[in-house]
Amino acid sequence: MRVMVMVKATEESEAGEMPSTQLLEAMGKYNEELVNAGIMMAGEGLHPSSKGKRVAFDGPGRTVVDGPFAETRELVAGFWLWEVKDMAEAVEWVRRCPNPMTGPSEIEIRQVFEAADFGEALTPELAEREDRLRDQIGER
Amino acid sequence: MAAGDTHQAIEAVYRIERARLIAGLARMVRDVNLAEELAQDALVAALSEWPNSGVPAKPGAWLMAAAKRRAIDGFRRGSMLARKHEEIARDLEGEADDSMERVEAAMDDEVGDELLGLIFTACHPLLSPESRAALTLRLIGGLTTQEIARAFLSTEATIAQRIVRAKKVLGQAGLTFEVPPGREREARLGSVLEVVYLIFNEGYSATAGKDLIRPLLCAEAQRLGRILAGLAPNESEIFGLLALMEIQASRLAARTGPGGAFIPLTEQNRARWDQMLIRRGLAALDRAERLGGADGPYALQAALAACHARARRAEDTDWERIASLYDRLSEKMPSPVVELNRAIAHGMAFGPEAGLRLAETIDDSGPLRDYAPLPAAKGDLLFRAGRAAEAKPCFERAAALSRNAPEKAWLLARASSCDC
Repeated sequence: MRVMVMVKATEESEAGEMPSTQLLEAMGKYNEELVNAGIMMAGEGLHPSSKGKRVAFDGPGRTVVDGPFAETRELVAGFWLWEVKDMAEAVEWVRRCPNPMTGPSEIEIRQVFEAADFGEALTPELAEREDRLRDQIGER
Repeated sequence: MAAGDTHQAIEAVYRIERARLIAGLARMVRDVNLAEELAQDALVAALSEWPNSGVPAKPGAWLMAAAKRRAIDGFRRGSMLARKHEEIARDLEGEADDSMERVEAAMDDEVGDELLGLIFTACHPLLSPESRAALTLRLIGGLTTQEIARAFLSTEATIAQRIVRAKKVLGQAGLTFEVPPGREREARLGSVLEVVYLIFNEGYSATAGKDLIRPLLCAEAQRLGRILAGLAPNESEIFGLLALMEIQASRLAARTGPGGAFIPLTEQNRARWDQMLIRRGLAALDRAERLGGADGPYALQAALAACHARARRAEDTDWERIASLYDRLSEKMPSPVVELNRAIAHGMAFGPEAGLRLAETIDDSGPLRDYAPLPAAKGDLLFRAGRAAEAKPCFERAAALSRNAPEKAWLLARASSCDC
């Protein structure tokens, strides 16, 4: 199964503070371990939310809002995608991560939906409609 | 943490550390069965102590130290009387005197090499391909005997026996569990890659699953490939195989339709192809080519898969490139199946007559005599060349040879379409 592993933001990361050389080295080594274990699919860091935007949806309404956004601890500062056997394995790997921030911080783990997860919910009719929609997207 | 959670956490740690633990122990005690038992004993010790003391900062080193202590106790109790084992016991005692730090440092240096050594051992050509696959999945993949049995549509008893026999064969051969040196390494690496691809194909060619074990096999093979790439980053064919697996795996969700019907490549919904896996596969292929391995058999097959992966729609496929890749592959890895695919590719690139010229040189009384895709391909080429009357018996023959119900039905439908 796949998990998305999200490093949550802190005031420092939102302020654009760059990680120390030691942290970069430690993270580099950690990423190497993830790659060598064969579980690392993707991983990226994100710019602070001051460079980001949000689009609010309400019925037909679309409102664009510029960052920065207030709820620092809920923002995503970086993410990985891992292929693991189960959540317990993901948790253990996250435990081994070096502190991603200078102070206290949080890493969140979420399971990624896969086709099989939709299996029983999709009736043959819905499955066919899904296929047609994907066809349309594919043709654009 | 609740007791159940702790137990689960410890099991997860063990799963992460297990292969390297066994690899290090096997190098030491020169017996893969004993190594597995010692690793298991270390897990038991962890399950008993860590709920109280907490999971240690370096769990791998802790488990290794626990396993070594157990090994020494075992030797001391005289459960192994051969002189060889006394020597090993002395070596172990010397090492056990080292501080935990030195153990950790030594482990960091040697651990990659030991794991590679274990992989080479599990894939030893002394064993049959099925035995190599089962042993690799057990030792390095950490799959249970039951999971392996389901994967290979066999029984637990058969697989257990297969693994026991394999370990015995290896034990009698007196192997050192080292990575084979020099030129032997190239040949042995071929054996390793063969095992990994065998495992992948078992998972890939399965029809749609209620049985979730089959995608698990593909994932396990991909993981083994990635681990190998990390352990031997200068071997271009490892990256070739990895590229092939990642790109083929990208199509898993698109290969079957509702009710498990098989969907051939040219008809798949490409929006369901996993673009992340395709990107990874193309990157691995690039690495293989930059290492100078563009003409390796796996790299060539990966390049073929990449041609399809790059085409947004089936009509955009670069069939001329595919035809030329098959030309190269048929020199590198001549086989009737490659020749058939080459004929099909030429038929797509240069018209059905070109394909027929090649297809007609393929011996249909040899290894391909029971191979449905051969008459099916001939039927298709003849049909497209406007020779429907000759195409019909080919489709009928293909349908008779097919062991797959939806495929059979499709071939019979093609046969009757020749009557128009």
